[in-house]
Parts: sequence; structure tokens; C-alpha cells
Amino acid sequence: MSAIANTIFSPELAARFDKLVTIYPLKRSALVPMLLYAQDEVGYVSDAVVAEIAQRLDLLELDVRNVLSYYSMLRTKPAGKYNVQVCTNISCMLRGGFELLDHCKHTLGIGHKETTEDGLFSLEEVECIGACCWAPAAQVNYDFHDELTPAKMDAVLDTYRAREKK
Amino acid sequence: MPTLVSHPDEVKVLSKRFGLGATNIDRYVELDGYKATQQAIEQGPEWIINTMKASGLRGRGGAGFPTGMKWSFVPKVSEKPKYVLINGDESEPGTCKDHLIFLNDPHAIIEGAMIAGLAIGAKTGFIYLRGEYRYLLNIMEKAVADAYAKGFLGKNIFGHEGVDFDIITQTGAGAYEVGEESALMESLEGKRGVPRIRPPFPAVVGLYGGPTVINNAETIANVPHILLMGGEAYAKLGTERNGGTRLFGISGHVERPGVYELPMGYSLRKAIYDVAGGIRGGKQLKAVVPGGSSCPVLRADEIDVGLDFDQLAKAGTMLGSGGIVVLDETVSIVEFALRTIRFYQHESCGWCIPCREGTDWIKKTLTRFHAGGGNKKDIDNIQYIAENMLGRTFCPLGDAAAMPILGFIKKFRPEFEEYLAGARVANPLIQIQPVGEHELAGAH
Amino acid sequence: MPDVTLTVDGQKITAPAGTLLLEACKSHGIEIPAFCYYPGLSLQAACRMCVVRIEKMPKLQTACTTPVTAGMVVITDSPEIAQARKATLQLLLGNHPLDCPVCDAGGECELQDMTFKYGAADSFYTEPKNHREEQKWSPVVYFDRPRCILCYRCVRMCGEGMDIFALGIQNRGSSSVIAPNIPAQLSGVVENGVELAQLDCEQCGMCIDACPVGALTSGTYRYKTRPWEMNHVATVCTHCGDGCKTTLGVRSVSDGSQILRGDNRDKSGMNGDFLCNKGRYAFDFANNVERLTSPLVRHSDGTLKPVSWEEALTFAGTKLRDLRQQRGPNSIGVIGSNRTTNEENYLLQKFARTVIGTNNIDHHRTADFVTLATALQGTTGKFASQRDVEKAPALLLVGGDPTNQAPLTAWNIRTNVRLNKARLYVANHEEIKLRRQAKAFVQVAQFGYGAFVESLGADNDFSNAVRAEEQLIVIIGNELRGGELANLIKALPNAKFALLADYANSRGASDMGVLPDVLPGYQSLQGSTIASEYGAADAPGLDLLAMFDAAAAGNLSALYVVGSNPVKRFGIDPTALKSTFLIVQDLFLTETAALADVVFPAANLYEKSGSVTNSYGDLQLVSKAADKAGTRSDFELIVRLADHLGHDIKSLVPFGSQAKGLRADQGQTRGAESGEADRHAVWITANNLEPKLSPFDPFAILDEIQRLVPGYDKLLRLQLLSGNDQHIAPASSGLVQIENRKDLVLPSSDTLFTSGSLTRYSPMLQDVQRHQTTEVSGHLTSAD
Repeated sequence: MSAIANTIFSPELAARFDKLVTIYPLKRSALVPMLLYAQDEVGYVSDAVVAEIAQRLDLLELDVRNVLSYYSMLRTKPAGKYNVQVCTNISCMLRGGFELLDHCKHTLGIGHKETTEDGLFSLEEVECIGACCWAPAAQVNYDFHDELTPAKMDAVLDTYRAREKK
Repeated sequence: MPTLVSHPDEVKVLSKRFGLGATNIDRYVELDGYKATQQAIEQGPEWIINTMKASGLRGRGGAGFPTGMKWSFVPKVSEKPKYVLINGDESEPGTCKDHLIFLNDPHAIIEGAMIAGLAIGAKTGFIYLRGEYRYLLNIMEKAVADAYAKGFLGKNIFGHEGVDFDIITQTGAGAYEVGEESALMESLEGKRGVPRIRPPFPAVVGLYGGPTVINNAETIANVPHILLMGGEAYAKLGTERNGGTRLFGISGHVERPGVYELPMGYSLRKAIYDVAGGIRGGKQLKAVVPGGSSCPVLRADEIDVGLDFDQLAKAGTMLGSGGIVVLDETVSIVEFALRTIRFYQHESCGWCIPCREGTDWIKKTLTRFHAGGGNKKDIDNIQYIAENMLGRTFCPLGDAAAMPILGFIKKFRPEFEEYLAGARVANPLIQIQPVGEHELAGAH
Repeated sequence: MPDVTLTVDGQKITAPAGTLLLEACKSHGIEIPAFCYYPGLSLQAACRMCVVRIEKMPKLQTACTTPVTAGMVVITDSPEIAQARKATLQLLLGNHPLDCPVCDAGGECELQDMTFKYGAADSFYTEPKNHREEQKWSPVVYFDRPRCILCYRCVRMCGEGMDIFALGIQNRGSSSVIAPNIPAQLSGVVENGVELAQLDCEQCGMCIDACPVGALTSGTYRYKTRPWEMNHVATVCTHCGDGCKTTLGVRSVSDGSQILRGDNRDKSGMNGDFLCNKGRYAFDFANNVERLTSPLVRHSDGTLKPVSWEEALTFAGTKLRDLRQQRGPNSIGVIGSNRTTNEENYLLQKFARTVIGTNNIDHHRTADFVTLATALQGTTGKFASQRDVEKAPALLLVGGDPTNQAPLTAWNIRTNVRLNKARLYVANHEEIKLRRQAKAFVQVAQFGYGAFVESLGADNDFSNAVRAEEQLIVIIGNELRGGELANLIKALPNAKFALLADYANSRGASDMGVLPDVLPGYQSLQGSTIASEYGAADAPGLDLLAMFDAAAAGNLSALYVVGSNPVKRFGIDPTALKSTFLIVQDLFLTETAALADVVFPAANLYEKSGSVTNSYGDLQLVSKAADKAGTRSDFELIVRLADHLGHDIKSLVPFGSQAKGLRADQGQTRGAESGEADRHAVWITANNLEPKLSPFDPFAILDEIQRLVPGYDKLLRLQLLSGNDQHIAPASSGLVQIENRKDLVLPSSDTLFTSGSLTRYSPMLQDVQRHQTTEVSGHLTSAD
């Protein structure tokens, strides 16, 4: 039973949030993780997510929005089920990051921060993801894919497509 | 999975458990795990701090502050609880060393945090990982749970009455600026990652107002090894005032990119040509960014320098985070500079004017310059803006943006001038969003 | 903190250790520029304009965050520093729209001033500026994003100062933006096809005042004029009893001079930085087209028709004189105002008592000042001033809701708690907003204040803490009056007290004796100096409600109402007045004025001079700011009406070289016969003052007030004329406890967005009420 009546989250996530607010010296510390975990479940940080998190942490909704708009992984609009994030920062750029991004644009038929019509993929050009020595790298949601080439990228995308067909 | 590399010149202290399955707590214990913690509990805070001071370990996040000294600044008595905060917000372009530590040796970080806690009298440690490192956070969380299950964390650790330590793991959500220690505390407190005014320094007023020690993940992972081998022995591995070894991530145009643990003071030339196998495809070296993207660039003729804080400072650049980015002759410095400033413009928190506006105007000017619409005055303007950011911003991010830009212009000015004459052309794939509407997306 | 000595620009200066360098320099005349620094608000170090060179420091340091230390050597101006500031300005101007010629802040803009000083006029950017349309966030707050320099003053003012937190910072880097608390997608307010973010707040406009540039502008002022085309007059706000100064910007128009702006640029008042919604914007009633601009007389056909002043005054004066002769002075009643000046109030009661000859005078009472004065009789220094609220180490708030009823009091309490860690104790029947600042809160039953007062003597945490306070200020809402009020005062013998009333001169109306049972200064009708000078009746007159009862019974021949709308306020049946000759002077044809036989169009508080006394007893000068053709001040109208009654004006207003004032002896004693000097003339001479030359000069009456009214005798003219506030406490002795006094206090129940009968004449207040109830309330309910 969640601490919040009529929670918009799944029972598992609601229970996790109930616990999360108790582990810190100040419960507001749970804000950034909660936003990210809520996004993982809901797909984006919706107005309803903002409202419930504000309620859980005794914050003004404005406080939540101030924080949420600061962090680049948080989004307020839905994205594809698989968010393809291609790094083009210096180390990746030197080893073909831009070409990889361009390849994704063509194969997926979408641009930066756009989503495929079937809602399966969205594409994002991102800053350094901490895989510089295994460049060029990309993340699909939270999965890292290293030392990519256009061909390897196609294979990666195919594994996600295949997951859907099952 | 990131490829693990190795080279005979490596001196494996921190990385010695990499690839040996040390994420498993039993395996970790077999590999001398949690011995240092027990030793630390028995010997006490003074011994820990003295050992750390003797080791000459300097902060691996980039600033290079001596770790033992940092710990000794924490007041012995405090009304508010003290905290240990491990900075795993690794975000400096060119840097992926902490990535490997979290992946291969999470217990070393737990141990290091506990030892830091014992040294300063803290009972709670936070391990903050950048949001993108979710799979590493999962590894870290499992390690913490395993340690609790074994009684290595929690109350009366190893049966010592009153020796308690808790660890809370935390995720970020995408912000380079949060790697700055005071912004990290703000983020952990659930706020925007904007740095704090200092003084007071975190050692006196930090997390939740309590004295706080903040260490980089690599720094803290060294701690158990240092206690086991002795401070002096560790110090001897490196150079004077630069104790030990460190993880160098060599990326870019080299044959064998990877993270190598080399002694402090190791030759940059050898690191590129021997350790990383030289320039890929037999090309010529053009430039090196020696310690992550904020460090001023070195030209090919400047690489006969030892990799430690002092030698690189003398060479007019920095050791930074140890991320060595190697550029071959094909690289357009204009393009590289643009990609660099674009990053800082994106990551500036916006708090202070010189950084917020300076990064934006340099990016705008370089974008046009790169696209072929530049003129000679732009080069001076970029330099003028960067010079006027340097030392004037609220936190080091402004410097981190200005320094590489000044480096590129200082070391490669002719290339900027030749660019105007058409010597190189724009990379059409670098599509910077048009200035205006898109840049203002967000709240409204 | 001990003082330390440091060197700034070669000059040795001394300041308490820990003072911020910027403040220390400022107090020695060394100005260090800053955008983000704002006294009293948290430090930001964000604008980097205040950078200075401090010896032994590798980088330039921000003076706004550096505390002074002994021996510090500082340079605040050098080519290096000037260059740093210039570069910062150049960066700001890169995106700043430079629409100064049309910007509201043009001429008053800190960015303009800095650019002028540091010469950052040359631009080297070729990229287009980021443009955004300006947005209406509420009827009174507009936001022009490109002009914003992100100093965060507004955010802090709203959060730290107002405790509202309606403004935030969103996005990051160069996309950072100030955002209001209702995002566009939730506001439902569409303009030009775009959803607009909205502000749900107290609409005080403090964010606009704090804004150093023209990013936040006022909905009522924007694009109306330029600052240099106005005269700026600092005067006292007419709306509540707190006594804030508002700086009115006025401009000449064809029928006088019109108020275009209210703000707090002056900052010389006891409100310091503060001004609320009404103080800032609700001057607009003065410009309402419904203002009366001609005297009206009821014609035989039953309608009110405009007539000349002479005709109206002659008619009213003659009629009053006849009625007094025919039916006696006690058949006539006079009702005064909460918003007229002390001089007018004094004059009006003197008119009633000496021209008409009756004690039938009253006003709409909003707090029981009579009980306060009598309960504190025999003590000294026990009346709290507004300034005490800002500084006292401990405060007890019993009843009342200052946030809504006395916003400056609320601001001062918050500021005191925030900056001085004052201890606030709150006892209230509602969970008022100030509870958030309270150290302790006691819930009182709605009519349970008597029980609360009794509990103060009991052994409980709250009462023990309150009693242990040695320097306590007790601020009392108008829930407490009569016996309960007296008991509260008795229960806390070491405290200082203040009573919250509703309008600009509610306290003044009481102090000036606009009451049927006491004379000015709460003096007795029998035997006091004033009583003997007046020679008026010594029996109490009819109170306000009794007058209407008398009218209904056919016993009130005439009623003279000045600046008040009792018919509406007290719900009087209009037929009660059908056989009463009614004279009303007011701004508008109110419910009361609509019943009158004669209506005089009056000036409001912003159109006259004089003084007012706030709830706390702080006396301040009122300066004439605006002018409306066709109106007269209440002061002038009272004098002229007395003249048309055939009264000797010199005995009403002591003026001219023959100023006589009223003689105590009225010529009956030997002293007068033997040529005893006139008391007023003696007082004038003794106080080095000149007799006033005009019967319409309020200062002529102020002379008499100062001569006769205990408490007001202490006021210093230089202080008054300098615009400073002075705390007035009623006489400490000689007051008579009136037994079984009727409780006629009727709290006005005004909110942040109402001001009695003026509410409906203020389009701004109407607009803001609509905004708060319709545009933003939907959001709040949906969020629950």
C-alpha cells in the first residue's frame, strides 16, 4: 500500500518511492532519482509525475520543475521505447561518432530528439557518455554499445527490433 | 562490454583486480578484500590520515588536491553529522576510468568510502554515479547489498562495537556540472546542480550542512590498496609530490585505445607511442589533449613531458582527469574546438554571466566560422571572450571552457587563419542547431 | 562583532568584522556595482560585476560574498577590474534587446547605468539575438525574457522575502529562464494562439521592483510613459493600516495631474523594500471615470443635479444652520473617515463639537484603540511601533492575518525571523500563512480568544515560552477588543503592544477623537483641557449605529458623512434616512452618497497634504501627488461648510496674523478681560512657528493638534516634514475608563485584493481578483 493514495505508478515503483524518501537525512534528496525512475516507467516526466513527486516530497510543483529542467536526461515529452543516444563528443567524434549519428538518422529516418512513427526508436545526439576509450559509443536506453561501426549499429538496432517481435 | 587492455609498462595497483571477477564479494575477499578496512578500524583515524599523507595521493578528479590533507581539514568535533561523498559523476570528455572501476571493482569503492569515514568520523557515505551509468549503479547497489549481508556495512562492522557505516547510492540525471563538488552536493540534496559559494568549504559545511569529504571514485578506490601496501611504498611508484599510479584513458587516433594504469610521471610520448601503440593507420600526430577536454592542447612537438600534475602544469596544461585524447594530422582544429565549446555551452549551468554568455557566444561565433562565414576578427573575438572568462566565473567550468579554446587559438592560430582561406572546409555532419528558437526550448 | 580596519583604494576604513566587503565599502561612499546582490537576500555571486582585487588572492574576488577581515587590502577600481566589468557587460548586451527607447526601465535601468559607466557600447557579435515575445503572467506582472539578465533577485524576493516561491529558475546554461509557478501547459490561458505561463501569488509586484532591468514590468504602467516625464512623490498608501510609503509617478493631464505608477523606488519609508499589491497598483481608483467632479444637489424631481460650488455650499450650510436652530445641535450627526488625514479628522470632530455643537460624531471603527489607550494608561513605552516589529527579538501574534490584512507587518515579521532569527509565537483560530515562520503555534477556537488570554497564565509550553520573553512585541488582531483586549494586556505586563486596524488612518481617526465619547487623544468629555477649550457638551453623543437608529425614528434632522460609506458597510436600510438631510462628501457616488441631498466631490489621500497615523501610532506626512479638477480636499470642504453655516472660521482654524484659536476662558474670566494672551498665539511663539496664512492650510490645524492632543505634542516638525515616521503614544494619564462601552468594531475583512468601497472602483483590483479566482485557481484544484 503506497504512502500516496491513487498513485500513478506501478505498485513496485510506488513501494520503491515509499522507501526512497526515508533513506536520506532530508527526503528532498530523493528528487533526482525519483524523476529518473518515474521517467523509466512512464516514458517521460509528465505533469502527473511532477504532481505526485511534489506531493511525495512536500515540494512545490515549481520546485520539481526547476530541478527537472536542469538535468538533460529528463524529458517532459514522450520518446520512443528505445532511445538511441549517440555520443559525438571529442573522443567519439575522432573515431566516427558523427558518421554513426548520421547513419542512425538515415536508417531510422528521424533526426535529433525525434521518434520513429511506430514509436519504437527515438534518436538523440548526446554529450560524452564515459566510453571514450571504446569509441565510438552509443547508449540505447541504459545499455552501452561500444566500438561501433554503421554495420554494428544496424545489428544493435536489429536486436531491439527482434525483442519487440517476440 | 568495455575492452580491457594491458601493457607491460603498467603498474597495477588500483586495477589489479580488474577482470578477476571481484564484483563477487567472496572473490573480492579472496583478493585481499576488506583487509584494509579491518586494519583501518584497528589502527584508527590518525594512522589512516598519516598513511594517506605519506602516499602522496592527489585527487584523481582533476584538481589534484592531496587527499590526506583534505581529510585532515575536517573538524574533529561537529554538531552536525559528517559525511563521505564519492564523486562518480565522471563526465569530462575523454574520461572513462571510473567506468571501469565501478564495473570491475565496486567493493574497492565501498572500502575506500568506509576508510574515509573512519578517518574523519563519518558514519554515512554516499556514492553518486552519473545517470548514464545505470548498469554500473546496479553493480554498485548489488555490491553494497552484499557488503551489508556480510556485515561489512551497517552496525558494529567486523564485530567492532560502535563502528557503524552506511552507504547510500545515488543516481544523477545528466549534468556535467554536477561533477563539481559543491554542485554535486546540491544535486544530492535534490536541487539544481549549481555550485555553492565558497567558503565555507565542504570539509566544514557540506552535505546537509555537515562536514563532508568529497573524493573522486578513482581516488577512493586507491585507498584500500595504499593502506595495505603502505603510504611510502605507494608514493615511491610515482614522482615527487605525485605519489603512485593512475588510470590513464587513452582515446582518439591511437592503435590501442584503452585505460592503462601507469606510474605518475610516465612519459606522454611513451604513453601514446608505446602503450597505446602509436597513431592509428601510420598517420602523423597533430595534437594531444592530455587530461580531458578542459586541458589546453599540446602540439605534437610538446609531448616529451611526464604525466603528473606539476610537469604538465609547467608545460602550460593540466593532468586533469587523465583522459588523453590523441589527434592525428587529419583533424581540423576548428572542428575540434567547435565540438569542445559546444559541450561546455551545453553543460554550463547558467548561474554566472561570464560562463553562461561566454560559452554561448564562443559557440555561436565558432559555429559560423566553421560553416565558412568567419572572418579574421572572429578569431580575436573568440580569444577576447575566452580571456575574459578565465578566472572570472563562479566555478571552474568557465575556466574549463576558456582554457582549451585559448589553447587552440594560441597553438593553432595559423590553422584558423588558413581555414578562412579555404584550407579546410566544414564537416557537414556537425549540425549545430540553428541559434534561436531551438536553443530556447524548455520551460517556455 | 568587533570592528576591523582594512584598506580600500588606499583609504583606511573600519567596519564590523564579518560585514560584506561590498556593504562596508558602500557605507564609506565607495560604490561597487552589482546586479545580483540585494541587501537582505541570500548571496549569489552570479553577476560577477562586484569583482575587486584583494591582496594575496590569485583571482579577482566578489565583494558581495567576501567578509571584511583586519588588514585586508582591497582595490575596487583599476584597469583590470574595469575591463572585467566591461567584458561582463559586453556579454550581457550580446543578447539584450537594446530596446531601451521603449523599455519601461529606460532611464531607471541598472544595466544602462553600468554600460554608461564602463563604456561597453561596442558590439562584436554578428549572430542574431535570441528573441521571445513578452508574456503576461498576471494582470500586473509581465515578463520580457530577452531583457532578463538572470540576477535571480525576483526569485529570491518572491521566495525569501514574500515566502511565496512563485518564481523559479528553469533550464540551464544560456537557456536558463525565470519561470512562474503555473507552466504554460497547465495555465489554459491562451494569447495569440500561445499558451501562457501564469503567476499564482500575492501579486505584490516586488519582483518588478527588484528587477534591475526591464524584464519584469508592471501591467498597469507598461508603455504608458517614461520615468523622466513624471514627477515622483512619496506619500503614504491609503489602503491598509500599516503605513507604507508609496512613490507615485504623476504626469500632467488636461484635468489635473494623474497617477501613472506606484512603486517603492523611494525606499525611505518604514516599509523599506516592501510594497504590496494595493500599495503599488491600487491608486487607479483615483483615475476612475466615475469620479465625482461637480457638487450635486437633489432637485425637486428627486434626482441629483450638478450645481456650482457656491450654490451647493450655500444650500448645505443654510440648511444645516436652520436645522440646528430648529431642532437643536443634537439632532445632527457627523460621520468621519478612516482614510482622511489627522488634520481633517481633528477638524471634523471640532466642527461637530464647536460649529454644530454636538458629540454625535463617529466613524467606522476597525480596532478598539480606546481600550488599548486606557489599558496602557499609566505606563510608558508600551505602544509598539511598526519598526519594533522589524527588530524585536520576540513577537506574539494574537488573532489577525497580517499577510492579508497588514502585509507590511507580515513582511517585517518574516524579515525579522529570517535575518535576525526572531522568535514568533502565533495564536490564531486559522492556520494563517505566518504560521510557517512561527516557533510555536496555538490553535484558538473561533471565538475563543478570551480563553486563550486566560491560558497565558497557565503552565504550558506556549505560555511559558511567551512569558519568559523579556522583550516581547504583541501584535493583536481585531478579534480582540474590550475586556479580552484589556485582559491580554494585563496578562503580559512586560510586553509592548500594537493593534491592527484596517485603513490608512483608522488609528488617526480614533486618536483625533472622531468618537462620540472621547475627545482627541482619548481625553475626557468632562474637565479635560480640550473639553474646556471647546466648551462643548459633556455628555457622550450618538455612536454611528445610534445615529441611524435616531434617523429611522425621525430624530436625526441632518447627517454629514465625510469619506465613508456606512449605508453599505453597516447594511443600513435606505429608508431610514428619508427624513434626514444628508450631506456626503466622497470620491464616488457610493450607496450612501446616492441617498444624499448634497454631494461634494472630494479629493483622495493622494491628492492632499497632511498627516496620517498608522495602526501602530506611527505618524507620517502625506504629500499631495495628484490633482483632479472639480474636487476639493475634505479639509477645505469642512472649512467652507462651517463658513456657510455662518461660523467664525478663525475660531475653527487658527490662521492669519490674528489667529486666535479657541480660548479656554471664552472671555468669562478676569484673565481674558485683563488681556491674557491667546493660548494658541503663545504656543506658536514658544515653538518658533509662524501663524499659518490660509484657512485651508492643514498645518494650521496641526499646530492646534500639537498644542492640545497628548502624545501628538511630542512630534517634531523637522522629522515630519523630512518624511520620517514618528511614533506617537497616547497620554499616559487622565483617561477615563468608560464603563459598558458598546463594541462597535466592525473589521472590514479586506483581503490582499480588496479595499473597502474603493475595491469596485479599482479596475486593477477587479482584474487581479478575476485572475486569482478563475485563471489560476483551476490549476490549484486540478493539482490536488
